[in-house]
Amino acid sequence: MEGQSVEELLAKAERDEAEKLQRITVHKELELEFDLGNLLASDRNPPTGLRHAGPTREAELKALARDNTQLLINQLWQLPTERVEEALVARLPEPSTRLPREKPVPRPRPLTRWQQFARLKGIRPKKKTNLVWDEVSGQWRRRWGYQRARDDTKEWLIEVPGNADPMEDQFAKRIQAKKERVAKNELNRLRNLARAHKMQLPSAAGMHPTGHQSKEELGRAMQVAKVSTASVGRFQEHLPKEKAPRGSGKKRKFQPLFGDFAAERKSQLEMLRVMNSKKPQLDITRATNKQMREEDQEEAAKRRKMSQKGKRKGGRQGPGGKRKGGTPSQGGKRKGGLGGKMSSGPPGMSGKRKGGQHQGGKRRK
Amino acid sequence: MRPLTEEETRVMFEKIAKYIGENLQLLVDRPDGTYCFRLHNDRVYYVSEKILKLAANISGDKLVSLGTCFGKFTKTHKFRLHITALDYLAPYAKYKVWIKPGAEQSFLYGNHVLKSGLGRITENTSQYQGVVVYSMADVPLHPQGEKDLLNTHCLHGEEIYLHLILTSAYQGSTMIYYITNEMDIEFSV
Repeated sequence: MEGQSVEELLAKAERDEAEKLQRITVHKELELEFDLGNLLASDRNPPTGLRHAGPTREAELKALARDNTQLLINQLWQLPTERVEEALVARLPEPSTRLPREKPVPRPRPLTRWQQFARLKGIRPKKKTNLVWDEVSGQWRRRWGYQRARDDTKEWLIEVPGNADPMEDQFAKRIQAKKERVAKNELNRLRNLARAHKMQLPSAAGMHPTGHQSKEELGRAMQVAKVSTASVGRFQEHLPKEKAPRGSGKKRKFQPLFGDFAAERKSQLEMLRVMNSKKPQLDITRATNKQMREEDQEEAAKRRKMSQKGKRKGGRQGPGGKRKGGTPSQGGKRKGGLGGKMSSGPPGMSGKRKGGQHQGGKRRK
Repeated sequence: MRPLTEEETRVMFEKIAKYIGENLQLLVDRPDGTYCFRLHNDRVYYVSEKILKLAANISGDKLVSLGTCFGKFTKTHKFRLHITALDYLAPYAKYKVWIKPGAEQSFLYGNHVLKSGLGRITENTSQYQGVVVYSMADVPLHPQGEKDLLNTHCLHGEEIYLHLILTSAYQGSTMIYYITNEMDIEFSV
């Protein structure tokens, strides 16, 4: 018996092995094409099994997917592996299929001012070396940029030229000149950018001081200068008698005189439709307000009559009770609870009346 | 001269709609031609497309008027209807008031009209409704000597109140009194 069970076990083990092997090996007529860089496997075999299956193809599709994935995994196992932080990792090769562009081709940008000029004159860029030998520091330095070769702002000794003012600070002068150059470059860059995106820059047309400017031009320049601060002119002081400038707001734009008549008509009809659709709602509120006002007047009149007749609590409860039955049927804007509160008693009544007035204040509109 | 802005059209339509209600779209959208509203020197003119094109040839400062003047916008951008709009409003009016011949003369000279002077009145005319006043011969009336046909208010008769119909001969201020009781009449007309 044990022998049998051992034989059985062995046979079973053999069968399991064979099955596993069968599972691992997949027979295909045409070999698959693998792009392991993209983890891609392309199966060129004709799908005859699928065609025979008919409408219920689930099982066949699943089998096909399993087979192909098995082949891909087999390929992956053949790659060189390495160990990265306790994990066994296969190093994928470079992808062989070229993927298409994600975004559209960039459109050509308009040429900058320099590029246009160069094209016109036929100037070609001269090839220059990136590094220049700097005598002073005794090393190769950049032609321009950080730690450039000949930086005149970094000189420690400047001879005062013969015709210059001896009190002038030459170092500060050089630094100032550099700042101006940088600002000018930045302005040109932004201008090129604006031209590329077809945006308009705020023009400084009449703002440069020439000495021959008219009063209006000067006024305009002054206005612009006032507004050109970080707070857009909010904290600028003005002279004692200075008035706010006229006509500095935006000019209104109107529709053209002979615009599209049909469009004009359509928009007007639309406006009318909206106007008409809103109307009924207002009437209801007016009607309810009117009704409540009438009720108030009636009630006031009745109360006056009751007090005149001299009846106290008994009389008051009566109309109060009647009112309680009356209010819920109206609906409108009063809440049913208010009516209930009204009939609580004389002191309560006056108190809640005030509360009622408060709520009624809303409807007095 | 320019077309009206959205805001201005809305204000104007609201005013006109008080008198003719939904029939306003018959003015806007006419089967017999394209008519439009144009603003010139704060006055609104209702003019056909043909006439508009001719008027565009005249410079703004020389142009006095075109088409039909419906009214004008005041300094505070409120819209005042003018008498000249009556020809267009009268056929479309929703609520009409006919007055007897006796009261007609008095009305034309700018006086108030009593309930006894009322000939007919359309049903369901609510309080403060804008109406057009007709004589018994179905001729739309306007008080003479008035710049503006404004806010002819009508109070509908109910049991408790006695009502007077008042128009204004002044710059459009309209005063409406209602008397609680016939006994309380203090004045005579």
